[in-house]
Amino acid sequence: MLHIVNKSATERNSLESALRLATKGSAVLLIEDAVYAATKGSVAATKVQAAMADLQVYALGPDLDARGMSARVLDGVKVVDYGGFVDLVTEHNSCQSWL
Amino acid sequence: MKIGIMVSEGPYNHQASDTAYLFARNAIEKGHSVPRVFFYHDGVNNSTKLTQPPQDDRNVVNRWSKLAEDHGVDLVVCIAAGMRRGITDDILAPGFRISGLGQLVEAGIQCDRLVTFGD
Amino acid sequence: MSDMMDDMDEGGEGVVKKFMFVNRKAPHGTIYALEGLEVVLISAAFDQDVSMVFADDGVYELIKGVNTKGIEVKDFSKTYRALEGYDIEKLYVEKASMDARGLTEDDLIVDVTVLDSAEMASLMAEQDVVISY
Repeated sequence: MLHIVNKSATERNSLESALRLATKGSAVLLIEDAVYAATKGSVAATKVQAAMADLQVYALGPDLDARGMSARVLDGVKVVDYGGFVDLVTEHNSCQSWL
Repeated sequence: MKIGIMVSEGPYNHQASDTAYLFARNAIEKGHSVPRVFFYHDGVNNSTKLTQPPQDDRNVVNRWSKLAEDHGVDLVVCIAAGMRRGITDDILAPGFRISGLGQLVEAGIQCDRLVTFGD
Repeated sequence: MSDMMDDMDEGGEGVVKKFMFVNRKAPHGTIYALEGLEVVLISAAFDQDVSMVFADDGVYELIKGVNTKGIEVKDFSKTYRALEGYDIEKLYVEKASMDARGLTEDDLIVDVTVLDSAEMASLMAEQDVVISY
């Protein structure tokens, strides 16, 4: 399953819940304000890094760029564009948005 | 693949409609089809022809209309959510139509994927 | 306009997918609980395999003893009890979400199946279509 998270981890608990309820081997895509969680020094960084042991973590590049965060991406987070977002949706058997 | 989309927030207030549009456009560019976009909750506000955003920024409503015109995307506004928010047939932008929640369920059944964009 | 969907009608009959509706928001502060319920009721007409999941603040949607007179909004809490009449019987609640809010099954207006996080995660992973609010 592809878990799509769109809110900042410091604004809402949706990333926390997504990580708690994602099964091993699934993927998490951070979009919109959720991309901050993919940056070094962010409150969620440790949690995201730990999650990468069991999950693939992706962040939407255009959303990182729009927020001036592209140079701060955590090692191990894969940055994708909208085309990559589409690929993730089609490659996983289903998707769930955590709003 | 056939990818259905649900948009749950209105234009400008949330990024949901923007992200959904860019996702839809890219899906089509990659050769997939986006048969239906279902607008629910405040998402129904994406359908009003009365929108007049500043000229130097994107026109969220119009570009959905263009996607419908260019690629046959079925833009469906939920009747119940629309009625609550004052969206009626006479103010719909081109390409949008008002219908029931069943259209969302149908999209889930008939598409290979259904992606939700919301708050 | 709906040509693409019309083209898909062939083979659409008889398809049964696992639909999950995920409720994570409290009632009344936003409309998602109410309008979310409206989708679920409509889905009953399509003979799909429907589950409703309540996690995080979504568990508050099921609290009994609600009185909305003071805020002057419609009380839709009893609608959760009507779901059974629509053959929507798979209601799941996440135990961790209940515990974090000091709630037990006795606080709820309807019978539910309580799952731990791992069980709920597995259930989610099995679904074909997940609609979130």
